[in-house]
Amino acid sequence: MRTRRTARAGQYLALLAYLVFLAFPFLWLLSTAFKPPRELGSLHPTWIPKDPTLANFRQAFDEQPLLDALLNSLVAAVGAAVVAVLIATPMAYVIARRRTLLARAATGWVVVSQAFPFVLVIIPLFLVLKNLRLIDSVPGLIMVYVVWALPFALWMLVGYVRAVPPELEEAAAVDGAGRARTLVSVTAPLLAPGIVATALFAFVTAWNEFFFALVLLKSPEKQTLPVVLTHFIGAEGVADLGPLAAAAFLATLPSLVIFAVIQKRITGGMLAGAVKN
Amino acid sequence: MTLATEPRRPPRPRPTKRAPGAGRGRRVLDHGAWFLVLPALLPILVLSVGPLLYGIALAFTDAQSGRTAPTQWIGTLNFQDLLHDTLFWESFRIGLLWAVGVTVPQFLLALGLALLLNQDLRLRWLARALAIIPWAMPEVVVGVMWRLVYNPDAGILNETLRDLGLGDGRDWLSGLATALPAVVVVGVWAGMPQTTVALLAGLQNTPRELHEAAAMDGAGAWRRFRTVTWPALRPVALAITALNFIWNFNSFALVYVLTNGGPGGRTRLPMLFAYEEAFRYGQFGYAAAMGCVMVAVISVLLALRLVGRLREGDEER
Repeated sequence: MRTRRTARAGQYLALLAYLVFLAFPFLWLLSTAFKPPRELGSLHPTWIPKDPTLANFRQAFDEQPLLDALLNSLVAAVGAAVVAVLIATPMAYVIARRRTLLARAATGWVVVSQAFPFVLVIIPLFLVLKNLRLIDSVPGLIMVYVVWALPFALWMLVGYVRAVPPELEEAAAVDGAGRARTLVSVTAPLLAPGIVATALFAFVTAWNEFFFALVLLKSPEKQTLPVVLTHFIGAEGVADLGPLAAAAFLATLPSLVIFAVIQKRITGGMLAGAVKN
Repeated sequence: MTLATEPRRPPRPRPTKRAPGAGRGRRVLDHGAWFLVLPALLPILVLSVGPLLYGIALAFTDAQSGRTAPTQWIGTLNFQDLLHDTLFWESFRIGLLWAVGVTVPQFLLALGLALLLNQDLRLRWLARALAIIPWAMPEVVVGVMWRLVYNPDAGILNETLRDLGLGDGRDWLSGLATALPAVVVVGVWAGMPQTTVALLAGLQNTPRELHEAAAMDGAGAWRRFRTVTWPALRPVALAITALNFIWNFNSFALVYVLTNGGPGGRTRLPMLFAYEEAFRYGQFGYAAAMGCVMVAVISVLLALRLVGRLREGDEER
């Protein structure tokens, strides 16, 4: 019995270590975001700001075009999420319901697209978008994000479609519903939660993305949040820590909230895709 | 004792239910289906498959940004240059070090956490909630955050070291010796949650009865892990490790924000190198060749590794 107890204690100790490791950088970011400059300059920083302030947030908006960046990020992420889900859902349906060569090719592409370094894709994309005059524009970025979010969106959606029993659709067909009708009034409502989860996931993916935005957007007023965040760090790597932390915290909030809401569904979707494949 | 001879789980009923229409041979698609597929297929072809092929083709040209003279085919000249480009191979070496240095601890730590979360412990919900943070955060923010942690004066790491009486700490990210390890820690932190979730899913697929039976037979924890858990977990573990390795090798934003490749190129991952080549110096063709080499080497490495692992697996049976 005693060994049992020590084992339990060891497990809790290990879990505690994990909790600390996972949480402390984020807590430090929070702490820094609310510290006044005087405390940030002090040689003995404390975990809890002695004199918490919102000044860093105000200063962050003064220093960089954060509002523009927020809007750009929002447009890019919402656009990418909506378009990705609109075009991925029908394809996922076909992949899930029929075993054709196309379904296999699509699955293969999902895997392969994960393996290629972006640099191999970004140069041609850069040239193509330049010719289409879509470089340095948020719509151009949305197009890239849609394709970039598609593999995982497809993966999740195929799982969700498979979870809808085909018998339901067959029953609707027997009752005389046409194919379109079946899709709209039987399948779609059942898929809705999965579609929403996928859209939210695509949103977060686009919201967080950095590399494509860095390459494709040049004008300061068109850049997205992650790119603007890097501007807080000066050429010599010296940064104004307070505003930087404040802006970084703001940039994270939407992703954290969305993830908290859909975490179960994402893991569920990953599993559904993985198990049934 | 029965377990030692029968470590494999009973065959799970495979989802053999075939989709309707599967029996009708390999007809590609009917009209209705094409209508459903095209909206996604076109962008994939135009913005993913196309650029990929275009990118590979570029590697055999002298394409440069902003050049007026037409681009020409130059055969394998880029690759020959690349062969002698010691800076690139140094960067490649760092990339491999980084990828292995991140992927292995990532896997081990994630496995530990997944095993813990699979137990009946309190505070599990908290761990699950906290695991969201690294997963959901933009990579740039992860980089920014750890810069704050590593900051020589205002950072919590040095302050903690000072409190513990372990010296004055140092400037982690600009020290020649500490930069790469410091960056690797961030990489591990950032990628742990996905790996944990995948492994946890795998764990929940392992047959509980076998576990209990093994415990009855007096098998210790390690023994149970090796004979019951690991065989069931191995496919998931292999898949997620391979993916992690690829993702880590191709990673960019984290290190770009943390060190931008410095100090003195000690953390210049191949992606950073290729990015600079392409978008600072405008050498599109040359950078594309780098991309090709990265894909090729990684594919070969992974193929060898996977084949090796699968062989191992066969022998164990």
